[in-house]
Amino acid sequence: MTAAELTCRDFVELATDYLEDRMAAEERARLERHLAVCKDCRTYLDQMRQTLATLGRLSLEDLSPAAREELMAVFRAWRAQR
Amino acid sequence: MRPDDQLVVALRRADESAFAEIVDGWSPALLRLARAHVPSREVAEEVVQETWVAVLAGIDRFEGRSSLRSWVVGILLNKARTQGRRERRTIPFASLRHRHEEGDGPVVDEDRFQGRDGERPGWWASPPARWADPEERLDASEARAAITAAIAALPPRQRDVLLMRDLLGFSAQEACTVLSTSEGNQRVLLHRARAKVRAALEELLAAGGGT
Repeated sequence: MTAAELTCRDFVELATDYLEDRMAAEERARLERHLAVCKDCRTYLDQMRQTLATLGRLSLEDLSPAAREELMAVFRAWRAQR
Repeated sequence: MRPDDQLVVALRRADESAFAEIVDGWSPALLRLARAHVPSREVAEEVVQETWVAVLAGIDRFEGRSSLRSWVVGILLNKARTQGRRERRTIPFASLRHRHEEGDGPVVDEDRFQGRDGERPGWWASPPARWADPEERLDASEARAAITAAIAALPPRQRDVLLMRDLLGFSAQEACTVLSTSEGNQRVLLHRARAKVRAALEELLAAGGGT
């Protein structure tokens, strides 16, 4: 006996559990059976992976030199009081 | 970066190089997280500075039950939320709107799937549109702007989780510690946030749409 077939609606709700590897082996196998026959869910998953890769490439800004200088001055004052 | 125990000992000894190391290493992440809660880069920078001052004031009380970074980020988020509330004028609306942010509705519109009388109920009726030239367009300024806007529109906890996990590379464990939430709930927040960011990109990049 096999569990009921996974639908696309089910799949999108499980996408994060799948990517985070938080699924029981059986559930994972069921999801992969769906992916094997569903091109659109493969597209969805692929787009999710591309989204995550893009998020990971977004750049961050450093503290401004002035703010950093102020902080180091605060640090020295703190040290002097210890 | 030195391991936590060495950093903590050095900070307690008032070792300036240890302080500079964590300020330089973690401030970009702190700035990004703070920026999501307050209206300007300037205010975000103030929140980051206040956080570091609080770290110095509290380092003797740090018990090491979480990583040093989680502890620092927790302090930052508390300050950023407080500051954000102070600067926002529409508190009642904002808190109402986000009250059910952990929510349990579907992450993709119901009408994109076939109904009971469809040929294959629950399968796509309106499948995800293929993206045109994703390699090229995902890193273009237009896509970055769409992502930034989608992140800004997320409920605060979804936004914090997404930023920590997908932008700043924190572990699930760290995100749970910072937000004082369970691993499962963290994953629900992440799931909902990721789906919205993907949807924003779908809107922009769908083949045939836009330019």
